Amino acid sequence: MDAKSYQPIVDQIAPKRPVLKNCMTAFLTGGIICAIGQLISYVYMYFFNFTERTASNPTVATMVFIAMLLTGFGLYKKIGQFGGAGSAVPVTGFGNAVISAAIEHKSEGFILGVGGNMFKLAGAVIVYGVFSAFVVALFKTILVSMGVLEWS
Amino acid sequence: MVMKSRLLTFQSRPTIISTAVTAGPLEKQSVFHSSFDVIYDDERTHLKTNEQGNAQLIEDTCLLAVRKAGLEIADIDVLLGGDLVNQMTPTNFAARELAIPYLGMFSACATSVSSLITGSVLIESNLVENVLFGSSSQHNAVERQFRYPIEYGAQKPPTGQWTVTAGGFGVLSHSKSNLPYVQSATIGQVVDCECTDPLDMGSAMAPAAFDTIQTHLNENGNDVPYDLVMTGDLGKTGFAILQELMKKSGLTSYPVKVYRDAGAEFYGNKSEFRSGASGAGCSASVYFGPIYNDLLARKIKKVLLVATGALLSPLSFQQGETIPCIAHAVELCID
Repeated sequence: MDAKSYQPIVDQIAPKRPVLKNCMTAFLTGGIICAIGQLISYVYMYFFNFTERTASNPTVATMVFIAMLLTGFGLYKKIGQFGGAGSAVPVTGFGNAVISAAIEHKSEGFILGVGGNMFKLAGAVIVYGVFSAFVVALFKTILVSMGVLEWS
Repeated sequence: MVMKSRLLTFQSRPTIISTAVTAGPLEKQSVFHSSFDVIYDDERTHLKTNEQGNAQLIEDTCLLAVRKAGLEIADIDVLLGGDLVNQMTPTNFAARELAIPYLGMFSACATSVSSLITGSVLIESNLVENVLFGSSSQHNAVERQFRYPIEYGAQKPPTGQWTVTAGGFGVLSHSKSNLPYVQSATIGQVVDCECTDPLDMGSAMAPAAFDTIQTHLNENGNDVPYDLVMTGDLGKTGFAILQELMKKSGLTSYPVKVYRDAGAEFYGNKSEFRSGASGAGCSASVYFGPIYNDLLARKIKKVLLVATGALLSPLSFQQGETIPCIAHAVELCID
């Protein structure tokens, strides 16, 4: 049997990812997570001395903390199976990636295990997050110096 | 031993004189659980790491199989076995505790049958008396190596499978009456149909299973019908594809009463296990548990066990390699 004649059989029989359903559950899950985040940021703004801008840091920290607890209690993977991208894309997904790797590698010790592996999955987010921020900032600097845009 | 093309026929009737199966706590949900000898209440058997848990499971299963055969561990001439962890440390460490001659075997999830075939060749050669053979897998240890951390919230597609925590071992000896014996075997060829999705191993392995079944049934001129042909861990997806391949090629006309797949049946129809079970412990626990028992009870008298293995590593698929697969077949009979 050759691969060319085999792949159509796989395409025909293997169950497809339910893309539409996945999109809807992702939208719902991501939406709920963001609504909770919004609620927390209002709490910081109304009960503490934060502005809309400065409230984002403690909000992110709180969301990651909640994700950490949910991961530790084995609940985040269940949310992930339901929500897919909806629970992976928000900052809670980043927290889950870091914390799940840290828990996993505790058996190899705190330095080589936890320290060396906790960014195994999330490292890519940091590398390309920092890199794309750099590229965007570079373009903006060029455009501002040409007088096309202004720093605002 | 007679070798006709790829078919090995054993004339001395190497006999499986005992088997033992152990499984993790989640495997209580398996439809086969009543045939398991031991079901642990802890995934790691109360040890510190998953890998230690896997090693303990192997050691316990081996000792139980030897005890059920009425032998001592010193009566075993060689242990043939393997698992899915890098460098097979769990089986290596269990072999250290058992302190008997040992050959590590790796055919991924097809190790249950490759170890049985190798053992049969050794028995047939008359150089050894008793061979301990089998394989195992431990869910957490395997998932962390091949996929993501256990607690990572990745979404599994419907084709995904669940690695079982289970082990199945048996003792193979010279011909004894009233026990299942190895009639013949086919050593599989590596088949690669250029599947690349590590979350769809069933589709990758189905052509290998098909190739081995076809080879075995073509070359075995024996007209006595098979009561059962059972693949290892194709899962629901892979098994559906295998059936389609057989329909297309006319292989369904062979004298086989029923085709089944251990992985597709293992957890019943529970949706959280997606396409079904997988792992080196899947075929081992089903073949050497319920199927062996059915042979003993003579519910079935002639079976072809076709264990399937996906020969990938996390490195190979990240480098863009396709997933080569293998299937080994062994024919067990009882008079």
